[in-house]
Amino acid sequence: MNSQKTTAKSVFSKIKDSDILFLVIALIVLCVIMSLTSQVFLSERNIMNMLRQVSLTAVCGFGLTMVILLGEIDLSVGSQQAIAGLCSVVTLNATGSIALAVLAALAAGAGVGALNGFLVAKGKMNSLIVTLGTMTIWRGVAMVTTDAVSIQAAYPDFQTLGTGYVGPIPNGVIIMAILFVAIWYILRHTTFGRYIYAIGGNQEASKLAGLPVDRMRITVYIISGVLTMLAGVLLASRMSSAQPSAGDGFEMTVIAAIILGGVSLNGGIGGIGGAFIGMLILGVLENGLTLLDVSSFWQNIARGIVIILAVYLDEVRKARLAKKIVQEQKDHLKKEGIAA
Amino acid sequence: MKNTPVIEIADMHMIFPGVHALKGVSFDLYAGEVHALVGENGAGKSTLIKILSGVYQRSRGKYLINGKEAKICHPLDAIKEGISVIYQELNLVSSLSAAENIFFGRLPAKGGRVQWKKLYDESRKYMEMVGLSISPRTKVQYLSIAEQQLVEIAKSLSLGAKIIIMDEPTSALSPKEVESLFKIIAQLKEKGVSIIYISHKLDEIFEIADRITVFKDGAVVGTKYPEELNEEQLIEMMVGRKMEDIFPDRNANLGEVLLDVKGLTTEKVTDISFHVRRGEIVGFSGLMGAGRTEMTMALLGMDKRLEGSVVLDGKEIPPNSPLIARESGMGLVVEDRRKGGILPNMSVKSNMTIVSLNQVTKGISISRTGEEDVVRDMIQRLKIKTPTMNQLIPKLSGGNQQKVLLARWLMKRNLKVLVIDEPTRGIDVGAKAEIYSLMNDLAGQGLAIIMVSSELPEILGMCDRVYVMKSGKITGEFNREEASEAALLEKAIH
Repeated sequence: MNSQKTTAKSVFSKIKDSDILFLVIALIVLCVIMSLTSQVFLSERNIMNMLRQVSLTAVCGFGLTMVILLGEIDLSVGSQQAIAGLCSVVTLNATGSIALAVLAALAAGAGVGALNGFLVAKGKMNSLIVTLGTMTIWRGVAMVTTDAVSIQAAYPDFQTLGTGYVGPIPNGVIIMAILFVAIWYILRHTTFGRYIYAIGGNQEASKLAGLPVDRMRITVYIISGVLTMLAGVLLASRMSSAQPSAGDGFEMTVIAAIILGGVSLNGGIGGIGGAFIGMLILGVLENGLTLLDVSSFWQNIARGIVIILAVYLDEVRKARLAKKIVQEQKDHLKKEGIAA
Repeated sequence: MKNTPVIEIADMHMIFPGVHALKGVSFDLYAGEVHALVGENGAGKSTLIKILSGVYQRSRGKYLINGKEAKICHPLDAIKEGISVIYQELNLVSSLSAAENIFFGRLPAKGGRVQWKKLYDESRKYMEMVGLSISPRTKVQYLSIAEQQLVEIAKSLSLGAKIIIMDEPTSALSPKEVESLFKIIAQLKEKGVSIIYISHKLDEIFEIADRITVFKDGAVVGTKYPEELNEEQLIEMMVGRKMEDIFPDRNANLGEVLLDVKGLTTEKVTDISFHVRRGEIVGFSGLMGAGRTEMTMALLGMDKRLEGSVVLDGKEIPPNSPLIARESGMGLVVEDRRKGGILPNMSVKSNMTIVSLNQVTKGISISRTGEEDVVRDMIQRLKIKTPTMNQLIPKLSGGNQQKVLLARWLMKRNLKVLVIDEPTRGIDVGAKAEIYSLMNDLAGQGLAIIMVSSELPEILGMCDRVYVMKSGKITGEFNREEASEAALLEKAIH
C-alpha cells in the first residue's frame, strides 16, 4: 500500500525478481560472445541489418503475443505471410498504388484474423486445431492461386517499403518500435490489456464476471491477423515479389521466440517486453552464426538448443523461487514458536 | 485397545502459503476400529487425510505406522503401507470393467498377455468380500454409485489395505444402500481392518463410530467415545461457540421489489419464480445437485434461457445476455472460487477492479492513482489482509480471497443485486463472521442479496426469506419466522 515510497532498494529487488532480468543477461552474454568472435558484429550496418531481420518476426510476434497471453494460439501466421504477399503484389500490379497494396493486405489480415477468432470463440473449437486448419488452408490457397510460382512486383518502388531507411534506421525497425510502444501501452495501461490478462488467466472466471470474452478473442485475432499481414507485406517488399511459400515454418520461429521471452503458453503470464527480448536473442544468434559462416542447417540445431536451454534455466529459476516460498513458510513457523 | 495403534499422529503441522492448515494435531487409530473425523469445511480433516495418504508432506510432526516412523513421500508409499483412501468423487475408470478397475495397473499377466480368467476369478473373490454380486466384466459406468463404491473397497482389499479412509461415503447413497455399506464396514472390522470415517451426518457417526475426533480451525478439539456425548454437544464442539454468536442481528429494512423473476426455465432448472426486495437477504437452500447454482447461471444469463422473464429494478433483462445482466447491476460471487472466481495470474488490485475499470479510466488509459485509491478504500473497508495491493491473489487466505471477490462487485457503482453462491465455503470461522456482518451491512445499505448455501445454520442465521429447491424446481418458500432446519430439509428431500 506504500506504492508512493519507491526506494532504490525496492526498485532493485523488483528487477531481481522480474522474469525479464534473466533474459536480458542472456541477451547481453550472447552479444558479448558474438562481438568477441566477429568484428563485424557490433558495426552499425550489421546491427541495423539484424534489427531489420528481427522486425519481421517482431511485427507479427507482437500480435501473436497478445493471442498467446489470451490463452490461445495462432499457427496460421506463416501461411498468412504468403497471403499477405499475394494480396499486396497482385493489388500493386493491378493498381500501381503502394498504399492500396498495403491496405489490401491489411484488410485480408483483418479477414483471416476474424475467421480464426470467430471459429475459436463462436465455434467453441480449440485454437490449436482451428489454426492448424487455417494454416493448411491458406498455404493451399497461396499455392493454388499462383500455381506455386512467385509473382514479381511490377513497380520497383514497392521494394523501398521493406528496404528503405529513415535516416540510418530501416523502415521495418521504425514500424516495429512504434508497434512495440503502442502494444506495451495497451497491455499495461488500458482496460483492453487488463481483459487480455484476465481472460488468459482464468477464462471461466472472466466469463462469470461478465467480461466480453468472445468479443475480446475475435478482436485480438483480428489484430494478430493485421500485424501478421503487415510483416508479410514487408517481407514481400524486400523480395519485391510474392512467394507462395513465404513464411513456411515462420509460425514456429515466432512462437519459439515468444515462449523464450517468458510468455506462458497457458495464457495470462508474460509481456511484450520479454517476448521482444526473446526475439532479439534468436535474432542475434542467427545473425552471429551467419557472420561466422555457420550453415543454416547448423543454425537450426543451435536455435533448438538455445530454446530448450532457456526454458530449462527458466524452470530452474522457478524452482528456486518455490524453494524460497517454502523457506518463508518455515520462517513463519519459527516466528510462531513451533519450529523443529 | 491397549496394543500399539496402527496409526499414531502427534503434533502435526501443515502450512500452505498464507494458511496454517493443521496446528499441532494428534490422532491415533487402532486395529479393527472405526474412527470418525468430524468438523466444519476447512477444519483440517482433508488435510490430515492427504498427509496420511502421502498426497501432502507434513511441515512438521510425528507420523507412526505400527509404532514405526512412517516413510511416506508419495501416495504409492501409503498404498504399500496398506493405507487406501476412498474419496467422495470415486477414482474409477468408467470405461473399464469392475475387474480391470480392481486390478488397475496390476492385471495378472503371463508373457505380456493378460490372463483374463485369473483376473475375473480373483476379482470375484474380492467382490464377494464386499457383497457385490455383479459380473466382474460389467463396465463401471453401468454401476450405481453404491456399487462403484463397493468396487473401490474391493480394490482396497485387493491391495491388502489394513486402513481404509472413507471421505463422505454416504453422501450419494439411499438409506438402504447406507445400511448395507455399514454391514460391510462391520465385516471389515472383524477382519481387523481399521477405518477412518469422515462424514457430516452425525446420526451415522453415532451409529458406527468407535471413537470420534472433532476438528476445528486446523486443531483437534477432542477425541470422544460416542457414549460420552450427544449430538448437541458434538455440534457445540465442532462450532466452538453457540451458532447465534457468529451471525449479526438482522434488522431488515425492506424496500420495493428490486428483482422479479417469473417462470425462468433453462435446460437445468424449471419454472423458477421469486422476488427479492431492496435490503433483503434471500436464501436458496437445498441438497447437493438441487439446481441452485444452475438457478444463478440462469438468472445471470450464462445458461440459455428457454422461458420466463427477469425484471431488475423495473427493467426487463433480455435472455442470454450475461453482459447486459452485469451492466444492469447484477453481480455474482461464485461457489468455486478457484475455478470461476479469482484471476490467479493477477494482483489483488487487478482482481478487484476488473468489472469496474470504466469507473477509473481517463481517456483510453486506466488512471493509476484513481485505481489505487478505490482499491485502498476497499481493502480498509473490508479489512482485507494483504501485504500490498499488488500481491498476487492466490497468496491470500481463502477468506481474504473471498473478500476481494466481494469487493470486486461492491466497487460497481450501479450494483443492485448481488448473488453469492456458498459465501463461506473453505473459510475459517473468524472470517465467516466477518463476511456475515459485511453482508448484513450491504443489505442495510439497500442492496438486494441472494445467498445460495448448503449450510442450514447459515441460511437460518442470515436470511429474511428462504426458497428451497429440489431437482431444478422451487419446492418451498419460508419467511424468517417459519424457517427451521426440519422444515427446510423436509422440502429439500420430498
